[in-house]
Amino acid sequence: MKKYLTYLSIGILIGITLFKSEAASWFRIYEMFKFQAFHMYGIIGSALFLGIIFIQIIKRKNLKSFYKEAIVIPAKEKSFYRYFIGGTIFGLGWALAGACPGPMYVLLGAGFFNILVVIAFALLGTYLYGVFKNKLPH
Amino acid sequence: MNFILQPWPWYVSGPLIALGMFLLLLAGKTFGMSSNLRTMCSILGAGKKVKFFAFDWKAQKWNLTVFLGTIIGGFIAANLLSNNLSVAISAETISDLNALGFNSAGKAYLPTELFDVSQLSNLKTLVILAIGGVLIGFGTRYAGGCTSGHAITGLSNLQLPSLIAVIGFFVGGLLMIHLIFPLIF
Repeated sequence: MKKYLTYLSIGILIGITLFKSEAASWFRIYEMFKFQAFHMYGIIGSALFLGIIFIQIIKRKNLKSFYKEAIVIPAKEKSFYRYFIGGTIFGLGWALAGACPGPMYVLLGAGFFNILVVIAFALLGTYLYGVFKNKLPH
Repeated sequence: MNFILQPWPWYVSGPLIALGMFLLLLAGKTFGMSSNLRTMCSILGAGKKVKFFAFDWKAQKWNLTVFLGTIIGGFIAANLLSNNLSVAISAETISDLNALGFNSAGKAYLPTELFDVSQLSNLKTLVILAIGGVLIGFGTRYAGGCTSGHAITGLSNLQLPSLIAVIGFFVGGLLMIHLIFPLIF
C-alpha cells in the first residue's frame, strides 16, 4: 500500500510539473515545431542533462531501489524501422492533438474534457497496433 | 508564493521532470506513460481477441497509479496553482496561428477552437482530435514508447533506439506543422 502512495505522489509531481511547465499546452508544441522559442527545448534539454547524470549515478554507485532491489532499465530491442516509423506516426499525432500521453492525462485532470476524444482514440490506435503488429515492419 | 502561481520556467520544469523519473527509478520502476494505453486495452478485454493484450495487467497497477497521479496533478495545477492560464507563446507564433484561424493564441492554455466543449458538436474538430488520438496511440506502441519512455528515460540512458524514435517524433511533428497544417486549417 505504501508503495502505491509513492507511485501516486510521483505521478502528482509529474502531473503538476507537466501542466505548470506548459508542456501540456498545444500552443507550446506548435511553437516548438516552428522553432520559435527555446522553452520546450529548455525543458527537454535540462531534463535530459540531469537525467543522464541521475542514471550514471545509479549505475556507477550501483544504487538499489527503496525496496532494496537492483535498478534495471530494460534495454530496447535493436531495430530501425519500428522506432523511426512508429516515432514519425506518433510525432504527427503529437503535433496535431498538441499532447503526448502524459499531458493527455494531465489535461483531463485540468478539466479540458475534449481531450477524452483524443484519449479514447489513442486507445483505439493502440488496439489497432496490436491487431496489425505482425504485419508491420519492426 | 506568486512564482508558483506563474507558469514555471524551463529550468525549473525540466529538472523536476528528471527528478520524477529518478524517483520512479528509485521506486524500482521506469517512466513510461504510453504503456498505460496498452494496459487499459487489456482491462477493456482486448486480450480475448488480440494476443498483444493478453497479459497480466495487474502487474501494471503501479503505472496506472502513476497515471492516476498525473490526472490529480493536472487538477491541482490548474485549479489551485494557477492564477492565469494563458500561455505566453512568442509574438511570431501568435501571428502565425492567427493567420491559421486560431484567435485564442496567446490568450488561453489550449486553443478554444479545438478544446472548448462547444467544439464537440463541430465535426471537423472531432475528426482532428480523433485522428490525433489514433496516431498517438498507434505510433507510441509501434515505437515502443513516447516522450517519457524514449525522449526522457531512453535518451537519459543513452539508448540508440530512443534516439531513432525521437528523431521520428520530430520528423512527424515537423511534417504535421509545416506541411499538413496549411492544408487543414
